[in-house]
Amino acid sequence: MASVLIGHGLLFAGILFALGLIGVLVRRNIIFILLSVEIMLNAAGLAFVVAGSRWGQPDGQVMFIFILTMAATEVSVGLALVLQLYHQVKSLDVDAASQMRG
Amino acid sequence: MNALFYISGAVAVLSTIMVITRLNAVHALLYMIVSLFSVALIFFTLGAPFVAALEVIIYAGAIMVLFVFVVMMLNLGSRAAIQERQWLSPSMWPGPTALALILMVELIYILKRGGPALTGIQAVAPKHVGVSLFGLYLLGVELASILLLAGLVGAYHLGRRNPAREGKGGP
Repeated sequence: MASVLIGHGLLFAGILFALGLIGVLVRRNIIFILLSVEIMLNAAGLAFVVAGSRWGQPDGQVMFIFILTMAATEVSVGLALVLQLYHQVKSLDVDAASQMRG
Repeated sequence: MNALFYISGAVAVLSTIMVITRLNAVHALLYMIVSLFSVALIFFTLGAPFVAALEVIIYAGAIMVLFVFVVMMLNLGSRAAIQERQWLSPSMWPGPTALALILMVELIYILKRGGPALTGIQAVAPKHVGVSLFGLYLLGVELASILLLAGLVGAYHLGRRNPAREGKGGP
Protein backbone atom coordinates (compact mmCIF):
# COMPACT_ATOMS: atom_id res chain seq x y z
CA MET A 1 0.00 0.00 0.00
CA ALA A 2 2.77 2.39 0.90
CA SER A 3 4.67 1.67 -2.30
CA VAL A 4 1.57 2.51 -4.38
CA LEU A 5 1.44 5.83 -2.55
CA ILE A 6 5.13 6.41 -3.32
CA GLY A 7 4.52 5.70 -7.00
CA HIS A 8 1.67 8.18 -7.10
CA GLY A 9 3.81 10.75 -5.28
CA LEU A 10 6.46 10.41 -7.96
CA LEU A 11 3.70 10.72 -10.55
CA PHE A 12 2.56 13.99 -8.99
CA ALA A 13 6.16 15.23 -9.03
CA GLY A 14 6.40 14.35 -12.71
CA ILE A 15 3.14 16.14 -13.52
CA LEU A 16 4.24 19.26 -11.67
CA PHE A 17 7.63 19.22 -13.40
CA ALA A 18 5.96 18.85 -16.81
CA LEU A 19 3.64 21.76 -16.02
CA GLY A 20 6.65 23.91 -15.08
CA LEU A 21 8.43 22.91 -18.28
CA ILE A 22 5.34 23.80 -20.33
CA GLY A 23 5.24 27.15 -18.55
CA VAL A 24 8.87 27.88 -19.43
CA LEU A 25 8.34 26.93 -23.06
CA VAL A 26 5.00 28.66 -23.61
CA ARG A 27 5.11 31.90 -21.66
CA ARG A 28 7.15 34.89 -22.86
CA ASN A 29 6.81 37.05 -19.75
CA ILE A 30 10.02 36.73 -17.73
CA ILE A 31 8.18 36.73 -14.38
CA PHE A 32 6.15 33.71 -15.47
CA ILE A 33 9.29 31.99 -16.71
CA LEU A 34 10.89 32.45 -13.28
CA LEU A 35 7.70 31.16 -11.60
CA SER A 36 7.75 28.09 -13.84
CA VAL A 37 11.38 27.44 -12.93
CA GLU A 38 10.31 27.59 -9.28
CA ILE A 39 7.57 25.03 -10.01
CA MET A 40 10.13 22.72 -11.61
CA LEU A 41 12.54 23.03 -8.67
CA ASN A 42 9.68 22.38 -6.27
CA ALA A 43 8.69 19.26 -8.22
CA ALA A 44 12.28 17.99 -8.10
CA GLY A 45 12.29 18.54 -4.34
CA LEU A 46 8.98 16.68 -4.05
CA ALA A 47 10.51 13.72 -5.87
CA PHE A 48 13.45 13.74 -3.45
CA VAL A 49 11.20 13.83 -0.37
CA VAL A 50 8.96 11.06 -1.75
CA ALA A 51 11.98 8.87 -2.44
CA GLY A 52 13.40 9.65 1.00
CA SER A 53 10.15 8.67 2.72
CA ARG A 54 10.09 5.42 0.76
CA TRP A 55 13.15 4.25 2.69
CA GLY A 56 12.41 6.14 5.90
CA GLN A 57 15.72 7.97 5.65
CA PRO A 58 16.36 11.71 6.18
CA ASP A 59 18.57 12.05 3.07
CA GLY A 60 15.69 13.07 0.82
CA GLN A 61 14.71 15.88 3.18
CA VAL A 62 18.35 17.05 3.42
CA MET A 63 18.46 17.20 -0.38
CA PHE A 64 15.23 19.19 -0.37
CA ILE A 65 16.83 21.73 1.98
CA PHE A 66 19.72 22.13 -0.47
CA ILE A 67 17.26 22.58 -3.35
CA LEU A 68 15.44 25.20 -1.27
CA THR A 69 18.71 27.09 -0.72
CA MET A 70 19.49 26.96 -4.42
CA ALA A 71 15.99 28.12 -5.36
CA ALA A 72 16.23 31.09 -2.99
CA THR A 73 19.61 32.13 -4.44
CA GLU A 74 18.40 31.64 -8.00
CA VAL A 75 15.25 33.67 -7.49
CA SER A 76 17.07 36.59 -5.85
CA VAL A 77 19.60 36.85 -8.68
CA GLY A 78 16.88 36.24 -11.27
CA LEU A 79 14.63 38.98 -9.92
CA ALA A 80 17.57 41.41 -9.81
CA LEU A 81 18.08 40.57 -13.50
CA VAL A 82 14.36 41.18 -14.13
CA LEU A 83 14.61 44.65 -12.60
CA GLN A 84 17.73 45.39 -14.68
CA LEU A 85 15.99 44.13 -17.85
CA TYR A 86 12.96 46.29 -17.16
CA HIS A 87 15.13 49.36 -16.68
CA GLN A 88 17.07 48.67 -19.88
CA VAL A 89 14.36 47.69 -22.37
CA LYS A 90 11.21 48.88 -20.54
CA SER A 91 9.52 45.54 -21.12
CA LEU A 92 9.16 42.16 -19.45
CA ASP A 93 9.05 40.31 -22.76
CA VAL A 94 12.08 38.07 -23.12
CA ASP A 95 11.92 38.42 -26.92
CA ALA A 96 12.53 42.14 -26.51
CA ALA A 97 15.91 41.29 -24.97
CA SER A 98 16.95 38.86 -27.68
CA GLN A 99 19.90 40.90 -28.88
CA MET A 100 22.89 42.06 -26.89
CA ARG A 101 24.29 45.53 -27.18
CA GLY A 102 27.59 45.90 -25.39
CA MET B 1 -5.76 8.93 5.20
CA ASN B 2 -4.66 8.23 1.65
CA ALA B 3 -7.53 10.42 0.47
CA LEU B 4 -5.79 13.43 2.00
CA PHE B 5 -2.72 12.72 -0.11
CA TYR B 6 -4.71 12.47 -3.33
CA ILE B 7 -6.86 15.52 -2.59
CA SER B 8 -3.82 17.70 -1.91
CA GLY B 9 -2.11 16.31 -5.00
CA ALA B 10 -5.14 17.19 -7.11
CA VAL B 11 -5.20 20.69 -5.61
CA ALA B 12 -1.48 21.05 -6.38
CA VAL B 13 -1.90 20.05 -10.03
CA LEU B 14 -5.00 22.21 -10.47
CA SER B 15 -3.47 25.33 -8.96
CA THR B 16 -0.24 24.83 -10.93
CA ILE B 17 -2.26 24.66 -14.15
CA MET B 18 -3.90 27.92 -13.11
CA VAL B 19 -0.45 29.44 -12.43
CA ILE B 20 0.86 28.86 -15.94
CA THR B 21 -2.34 29.95 -17.66
CA ARG B 22 -3.00 33.24 -15.84
CA LEU B 23 -2.33 36.45 -17.75
CA ASN B 24 -1.88 38.57 -14.65
CA ALA B 25 1.22 38.11 -12.52
CA VAL B 26 -0.50 38.73 -9.19
CA HIS B 27 -3.24 36.20 -9.92
CA ALA B 28 -0.59 33.65 -10.84
CA LEU B 29 1.22 34.36 -7.56
CA LEU B 30 -2.00 33.76 -5.59
CA TYR B 31 -2.42 30.34 -7.22
CA MET B 32 1.30 29.61 -6.79
CA ILE B 33 0.99 30.11 -3.03
CA VAL B 34 -1.96 27.68 -2.93
CA SER B 35 0.12 25.20 -4.93
CA LEU B 36 3.01 25.46 -2.46
CA PHE B 37 0.63 24.95 0.48
CA SER B 38 -0.77 21.79 -1.09
CA VAL B 39 2.74 20.46 -1.75
CA ALA B 40 3.47 21.15 1.92
CA LEU B 41 0.43 19.02 2.85
CA ILE B 42 1.72 16.25 0.57
CA PHE B 43 5.02 16.38 2.46
CA PHE B 44 3.16 16.17 5.75
CA THR B 45 1.13 13.15 4.70
CA LEU B 46 4.31 11.47 3.46
CA GLY B 47 5.87 11.76 6.91
CA ALA B 48 8.14 14.76 6.41
CA PRO B 49 6.79 17.42 8.81
CA PHE B 50 10.02 19.46 8.99
CA VAL B 51 10.20 19.90 5.24
CA ALA B 52 6.49 20.76 5.15
CA ALA B 53 7.15 23.61 7.59
CA LEU B 54 10.15 24.79 5.55
CA GLU B 55 8.05 24.74 2.39
CA VAL B 56 5.50 27.08 3.96
CA ILE B 57 8.03 29.36 5.68
CA ILE B 58 10.66 29.72 2.95
CA TYR B 59 8.86 29.03 -0.33
CA ALA B 60 5.46 30.55 0.37
CA GLY B 61 6.74 33.03 2.92
CA ALA B 62 10.03 34.36 1.58
CA ILE B 63 10.40 33.54 -2.12
CA MET B 64 6.84 34.48 -3.04
CA VAL B 65 7.19 37.75 -1.11
CA LEU B 66 10.24 38.53 -3.30
CA PHE B 67 8.09 37.94 -6.39
CA VAL B 68 5.33 40.18 -5.04
CA PHE B 69 7.88 42.92 -4.26
CA VAL B 70 9.26 42.85 -7.80
CA VAL B 71 5.81 42.77 -9.41
CA MET B 72 4.81 45.77 -7.33
CA MET B 73 8.09 47.61 -8.08
CA LEU B 74 7.67 47.18 -11.82
CA ASN B 75 4.34 48.97 -11.87
CA LEU B 76 5.18 52.33 -10.38
CA GLY B 77 3.51 55.16 -12.22
CA SER B 78 0.23 56.88 -12.79
CA ARG B 79 -1.71 53.78 -13.83
CA ALA B 80 -0.58 51.84 -10.77
CA ALA B 81 -3.71 52.62 -8.75
CA ILE B 82 -6.08 51.51 -11.53
CA GLN B 83 -4.06 48.35 -12.03
CA GLU B 84 -4.08 47.63 -8.32
CA ARG B 85 -7.86 47.94 -8.27
CA GLN B 86 -8.08 45.49 -11.17
CA TRP B 87 -5.82 43.02 -9.40
CA LEU B 88 -7.85 43.08 -6.22
CA SER B 89 -11.24 42.76 -7.92
CA PRO B 90 -13.54 40.39 -5.99
CA SER B 91 -14.14 38.26 -9.08
CA MET B 92 -10.59 36.93 -8.69
CA TRP B 93 -11.03 35.67 -5.14
CA PRO B 94 -13.25 32.54 -5.40
CA GLY B 95 -10.73 30.31 -7.20
CA PRO B 96 -7.80 30.46 -4.79
CA THR B 97 -10.16 30.72 -1.82
CA ALA B 98 -11.94 27.48 -2.74
CA LEU B 99 -8.68 25.61 -3.22
CA ALA B 100 -7.28 27.02 0.04
CA LEU B 101 -10.51 26.04 1.85
CA ILE B 102 -10.06 22.43 0.72
CA LEU B 103 -6.54 22.49 2.16
CA MET B 104 -7.77 24.07 5.39
CA VAL B 105 -10.43 21.37 5.85
CA GLU B 106 -7.71 18.75 5.39
CA LEU B 107 -5.48 20.51 7.91
CA ILE B 108 -8.27 20.73 10.50
CA TYR B 109 -9.02 17.05 9.96
CA ILE B 110 -5.37 16.14 10.54
CA LEU B 111 -5.18 18.29 13.67
CA LYS B 112 -8.44 16.84 15.07
CA ARG B 113 -7.34 13.32 14.33
CA GLY B 114 -3.84 13.73 15.71
CA GLY B 115 -1.40 10.89 15.95
CA PRO B 116 1.75 10.38 13.91
CA ALA B 117 0.68 7.42 11.77
CA LEU B 118 -0.66 9.10 8.65
CA THR B 119 -0.36 6.92 5.58
CA GLY B 120 1.36 3.88 6.94
CA ILE B 121 4.63 5.59 6.08
CA GLN B 122 7.07 5.99 8.91
CA ALA B 123 7.62 9.69 9.69
CA VAL B 124 11.18 11.03 9.75
CA ALA B 125 11.58 13.32 12.75
CA PRO B 126 13.25 16.74 12.40
CA LYS B 127 15.95 15.53 14.79
CA HIS B 128 17.13 12.88 12.34
CA VAL B 129 17.15 15.41 9.53
CA GLY B 130 19.29 17.77 11.63
CA VAL B 131 21.71 15.04 12.65
CA SER B 132 22.11 13.99 9.03
CA LEU B 133 22.37 17.58 7.78
CA PHE B 134 25.09 18.64 10.20
CA GLY B 135 26.86 15.30 10.26
CA LEU B 136 27.02 13.46 6.97
CA TYR B 137 26.19 16.48 4.80
CA LEU B 138 28.29 19.10 6.61
CA LEU B 139 30.31 19.84 3.48
CA GLY B 140 27.08 20.44 1.58
CA VAL B 141 25.98 22.95 4.22
CA GLU B 142 29.25 24.85 3.82
CA LEU B 143 28.87 24.86 0.04
CA ALA B 144 25.30 26.10 0.43
CA SER B 145 26.52 28.96 2.60
CA ILE B 146 29.08 29.93 -0.08
CA LEU B 147 26.29 29.77 -2.68
CA LEU B 148 24.11 32.06 -0.56
CA LEU B 149 26.98 34.54 -0.18
CA ALA B 150 27.57 34.51 -3.94
CA GLY B 151 23.84 35.02 -4.52
CA LEU B 152 23.80 37.95 -2.08
CA VAL B 153 26.75 39.67 -3.75
CA GLY B 154 25.36 38.96 -7.23
CA ALA B 155 21.89 40.25 -6.42
CA TYR B 156 23.34 43.40 -4.86
CA HIS B 157 25.54 44.03 -7.87
CA LEU B 158 22.79 43.40 -10.42
CA GLY B 159 20.10 45.26 -8.51
CA ARG B 160 22.15 48.46 -8.20
CA ARG B 161 20.88 51.33 -10.32
CA ASN B 162 23.57 52.59 -12.65
CA PRO B 163 22.79 56.21 -13.55
CA ALA B 164 25.46 56.40 -16.28
CA ARG B 165 23.94 53.54 -18.27
CA GLU B 166 20.35 54.46 -17.52
CA GLY B 167 20.13 57.11 -20.25
CA LYS B 168 21.66 54.96 -22.96
CA GLY B 169 19.33 52.03 -22.40
CA GLY B 170 15.79 51.79 -23.63
CA PRO B 171 14.34 51.22 -27.08
